[in-house]
Amino acid sequence: MNEGIHPIASLLAAVARFISGVQVQWAGCEPSVRQRIYFANHTSHLDFVVLWSALPSEIRARTRPIAAKDYWEETPLRRYLAANVFKAVLVERGVTTKAKNHEEARFAGRSLIEDMAGALGSEHSLILFPEGTRGSGEKVETFRGGLFHLALRRPDVELVPAYLENLNRILPKGEFAPVPMLSLLTFGKPIQVEAHEGKDEFLERAREAVSSLRRIGSA
Amino acid sequence: MPQAFHDATMMWLFGGVLCALIIFHVVGNTLKNRQRRETGRTTIDTLNARIRAWWKMCIIFFLSILLGRIGALVMFAVISFLAMREYMTLVPTRRGDHRTLFWSFFLIMPLQYYLVGAHRYGLFAIMIPVLAFIFVPTSIAIAGDTSNFLERSAKIQFGLMVCVYCLSHAPALLLLNIPEFEGHNARLLLYLGIVDQMNDILQYVWDKLIGSHKIAWRVSPNKTWEGFAAGVVSATAIGTALWWATPFTPLQSAGMSFMICLLGFAGSLVISALKRDIGIKDFGVVIEGQGGILDHIDSLCFAAPIFFHLVRYYFAP
Repeated sequence: MNEGIHPIASLLAAVARFISGVQVQWAGCEPSVRQRIYFANHTSHLDFVVLWSALPSEIRARTRPIAAKDYWEETPLRRYLAANVFKAVLVERGVTTKAKNHEEARFAGRSLIEDMAGALGSEHSLILFPEGTRGSGEKVETFRGGLFHLALRRPDVELVPAYLENLNRILPKGEFAPVPMLSLLTFGKPIQVEAHEGKDEFLERAREAVSSLRRIGSA
Repeated sequence: MPQAFHDATMMWLFGGVLCALIIFHVVGNTLKNRQRRETGRTTIDTLNARIRAWWKMCIIFFLSILLGRIGALVMFAVISFLAMREYMTLVPTRRGDHRTLFWSFFLIMPLQYYLVGAHRYGLFAIMIPVLAFIFVPTSIAIAGDTSNFLERSAKIQFGLMVCVYCLSHAPALLLLNIPEFEGHNARLLLYLGIVDQMNDILQYVWDKLIGSHKIAWRVSPNKTWEGFAAGVVSATAIGTALWWATPFTPLQSAGMSFMICLLGFAGSLVISALKRDIGIKDFGVVIEGQGGILDHIDSLCFAAPIFFHLVRYYFAP
């Protein structure tokens, strides 16, 4: 990709690293430019920036976040940040549950997956928070189906689980100002959809892959 | 050029520190290659890690005197920031503390260093013990969460006292007006640093060599009465021998060094107890790669304010 990283994005990434003092561990794989979907637990607005800033710059330049359209299109500033700075792929949340009937839900779901697959293209990677919304940080909530369908649609892309710790204390839900604290980010071993594996089965395994990377208080 | 560079005595002192460091470095590496026993090797590794930290401290100290008073203030403010970040990570806080923590980091801490830099002794001396003491519980109360209220207020106040208030007295040394010592205050800061660090390391070495009676094995299993006594005596001797760089007579210098050593011991013991209490085992992984700032400044925290006040009371009327 020759577009490079937006300077504001680099600045925000540097600030996020300073505030969160994030310590990164590649426990299950090495950093690589190959196409990947990084999926992680979600507790803070900082999650994406911290995860993104932890990637080496050539990988960072090819990695885009999946973000909620309703939130990121609300104000002009957010729209600018999402579209120009982070080149986010904006998706609508809960399209399948909002749909009037089965047919409509299938159609909406499919076009969502097509959007994400299109964003992957031939060289990009994605960052996805499959819980769909920010949690309290105590446990990883049930994953939504997008990860499963996207994995089936693009079996060539590696699925890398990641766990972010302590960010819910740095910038919890409902606060706008961060408090500096140290945090951890752990990348796990890539997973894939096994033959004959059902959706719920796979999503539970993916959730387990993320939550098993927890390091604080686990040893 | 800042004054410190035109100060020949300062350059002798700093040059002496560099020479000593080079010798330590060479000796440390030689011992590392010679040592075969496992226990001996960990001791040597600890010493070498400390020597590496000293190199970093020296570079930071050199850069900060290059920038004069502002440099030293900024350097200590950054150390306070890193120490507080580490402390607050380790101490369990609740959601209701969020805004209090925010103001502690972004208002109280910068204000304390600003007041030190602006020579506002009357204000910086009461900033955290009085003003923050009132602000912290009030702001936690406003957040509305009453569970463990006393504990939470105390934890944040303690963090501010140790990481910000106490530490800010080290650069405050630069602002004292000592008759016939004007412009040489950076030497006092270096003196404090040398005696404090020598005390740390000598107590550790004597503990290993002759230690047998534990002081508080539950808190810090390595500290012994023998190591403590021998460490204090030898570090006080080094401090006494540096009297020529200070406004003190040799006897006064011995007294000052003795105080720094006792307080250095108290500081590191208290931080050890604190870490045991908050269960560093669980959070140790968070600070592993981050240098463990608290471990490096623990002995300075108590020594800095007392040294500051002793100098101020007796030498800066």
